[in-house]
Amino acid sequence: MGCSDSTYCLGIESTADDFSVGIISLKGRVLANIISAYINPDGGIHPREASRHHTEVAGKVLSKALQKAKIKPEEISVVAFSQGPGLGPCLRTGATAARALASYLNVPLVGVNHCVAHIEIGKLVAEAEDPVTLYVSGGNTIVSAFDGGKYRVFGETLDIAVGNCLDVFAREAGLRQKEGIPFGAMVENLAGCSHKFISLPYSVKGMDLSFSGLLTASVQLLKERKHPVEDLCFSLQEVAFSMLAEVTERALAHTEKPEVLLTGGVAANKRLQLMIKSVAQEHNARFCVVPKEYALDNGAMIAWTGILAYQHNLTIPIEKSFVKLKWRLDDMYVPWVES
Amino acid sequence: MLIKKGAEANLYLEDWHNRKVILKRRLSKEYRITEIDKTIRSQRTIHEPQIIHKAKEAGVPTPTIYVIDIPDATIIMEFIEGKQIKQILGNLSPEERRNLCRHIGNLIAHLHTHGIIHGDLTTSNMILTPNGKVVFVDFGLSEHSTELETRGVDLHLMKRAFQSSHFKYAKECFDAVMEGYSNFVGKDATEDILEKIREIERRGRYVSER
Repeated sequence: MGCSDSTYCLGIESTADDFSVGIISLKGRVLANIISAYINPDGGIHPREASRHHTEVAGKVLSKALQKAKIKPEEISVVAFSQGPGLGPCLRTGATAARALASYLNVPLVGVNHCVAHIEIGKLVAEAEDPVTLYVSGGNTIVSAFDGGKYRVFGETLDIAVGNCLDVFAREAGLRQKEGIPFGAMVENLAGCSHKFISLPYSVKGMDLSFSGLLTASVQLLKERKHPVEDLCFSLQEVAFSMLAEVTERALAHTEKPEVLLTGGVAANKRLQLMIKSVAQEHNARFCVVPKEYALDNGAMIAWTGILAYQHNLTIPIEKSFVKLKWRLDDMYVPWVES
Repeated sequence: MLIKKGAEANLYLEDWHNRKVILKRRLSKEYRITEIDKTIRSQRTIHEPQIIHKAKEAGVPTPTIYVIDIPDATIIMEFIEGKQIKQILGNLSPEERRNLCRHIGNLIAHLHTHGIIHGDLTTSNMILTPNGKVVFVDFGLSEHSTELETRGVDLHLMKRAFQSSHFKYAKECFDAVMEGYSNFVGKDATEDILEKIREIERRGRYVSER
């Protein structure tokens, strides 16, 4: 570790439908970030099929990342992997690859919390220091901020994630998933064609959110065929995002943090960006949105968090590196963050 | 005069027909479309006084509501003279503190038994009046529920409030609250709710201050 910045961490991400390898330096220079997505045209993720995809592409993604980074495997100082939360078969695939690599290279292994990684890479690339983070994806919906040694959860979904809500609606509407165009983007495009609001259930409970009732109601209206799908997409987005904005605002008012960080797959939505930006401005906080490459599940975020943890000796022996399917954001000790 | 700017509403201390009143206004939010904005603000402006009224029926002192202005999303209510429990708890003798907390626990039990969940039980939302009454204010996050889970969450919040603002005597305060609670709902029901609170803590979900 010196000024040369030649300590590298290789991170493997495989919690859900993406298998990704990222390589990053001690100072946060991203050398490679290769993502391979498992796409089910019918939508949804079949854990077994996704993990089969991960197994098939693991070798290729790994060598592509090393090529892109222009480093030899021996130059890697530490290997990190997303240890949870996520789908069991998918997590185990990534963990197996990471263990093999760490033991072959004889370097330390670090288990990283996927949600913490989203926040850390967001802070790095969007240059935030101490934000309230809204992390919205297909699997997670969390409002969090750092307090007393951990990222605390101020609000979260009580049932399904907001991305899941949009995806399932899109699938019920008969949309088909294509490479490069996720369901969320299709819903966003359709929503852009409408300004007609149809009333849907709005469910915020204190700091927490619920999306299942909203989804059921939207799908029911869809099946009644009385409203154009554009109007339903518009209304669904407006309600879901207003709920997110309200909870974010409450966390911001409570913590008085100087920044809001928006990340996760749903962060790409322009309407959501606009709403969260408005909330931030209201409280004189800086609005930071994570660029898509680092907002989606990616290996670079695992590598970066791995390097932070590694510097605080948070490595794990291989025989104790079990995956943690339900590892909570607020259960990972983050000693590198200043109180 | 603005006295509190919250995430959802602003509180003003005003003079209204020679009375000191609290004016609670739910502000329009720029980020959401008019249809949603109007619905949320009016629904909550209707809901909060209803629950405040229901709490009175349950025997729990709450502010008197004077005006409900739905289009303006404003509630005008009695200003409660007195001190926040938060300000005085540290100045009491252990005996007085225990009695006060037992009384608070008893009031919470009244709310719960009548299907009311306060949703924001902190020592800043309870006021001790000069004649010794404890008045519960701010029902902005309240809801109707009789579920053990929501009751547990409500009391867990109270426990968290003691731990964050009154950590020196958090345990004795919360124990006294539960003693008062138990005096009203009985031992078995209290045991169930304490077990629920332990479960909530094990889940580690409500770790942040809220």
